[in-house]
Amino acid sequence: MHSLDSYLFISAMLFCLGIFGVITRRNAIAVLMGVELILNAANINFVAFSKFNGMNLDGHIFGLLVIVLAAAEAAVALAIIINIYNNMNTINVDDAAGLKQ
Amino acid sequence: MTEFVFWFVAALTIMSAAFVVLNNQLIYSAVALLFTLFGIAGLYVFLWADFIAGIQILVYVGGILVLVIFGIMLTNKIRSVRISHKSIQQGVGGVIAFWFFIFLFIALSKAPWAASAAVEPSGTVREIGILLLTDFLLPFEIISVLLLGALIGAAVLSRGEA
Repeated sequence: MHSLDSYLFISAMLFCLGIFGVITRRNAIAVLMGVELILNAANINFVAFSKFNGMNLDGHIFGLLVIVLAAAEAAVALAIIINIYNNMNTINVDDAAGLKQ
Repeated sequence: MTEFVFWFVAALTIMSAAFVVLNNQLIYSAVALLFTLFGIAGLYVFLWADFIAGIQILVYVGGILVLVIFGIMLTNKIRSVRISHKSIQQGVGGVIAFWFFIFLFIALSKAPWAASAAVEPSGTVREIGILLLTDFLLPFEIISVLLLGALIGAAVLSRGEA
């Protein structure tokens, strides 16, 4: 059966792809997708450690809380992004870097 | 057979995640994110986390991904499905992400994880429900209030000048 290491390997790859996306993308929604990848990588680690620690369900609870936080974060972030678009007509995070127009 | 399915799901997850961050069309990125999230739900099934896998599909695929696609459509003047978005500094970003991966890989392959075996449970929903209302009651209530606050905040923010 696959070991803990294979799950940690997969989640490390997902995490680094998310970091890459956050660094290189300039569209705010694409940056948000990178953040989702990072959150999912962390979540895989929680659930994997939960299984390989004698099926201790604490990790599952943490995973649930992370999913709820991701939902809240996505809702608020998209509301902010749509407001930025209405005000500045762009969602390029470099163009929208100022605190006021 | 299980081994083959596991590595197939893992490869699907990683490759569509790479597609999310590398290709140049925003809608295609969102669709690739769909496959990544489904692959992660599959990994949860391999980790015996049936409830988390279901929640992953409900919340991520059914909720967050739809929100992201709404966001794309509301913030672009849609003329075609090809909404391009540029990446910058892919060289620097690639080097940073690659070395960070090497660092993580060395760290996780050298660490002595104290793994203890377990028997496969018949289902986790019952235990998670009991835990949520006993040991984790306070975090559960806090996250409920936070979710309510985030929903109200998002509604207020996106109403505009009313």
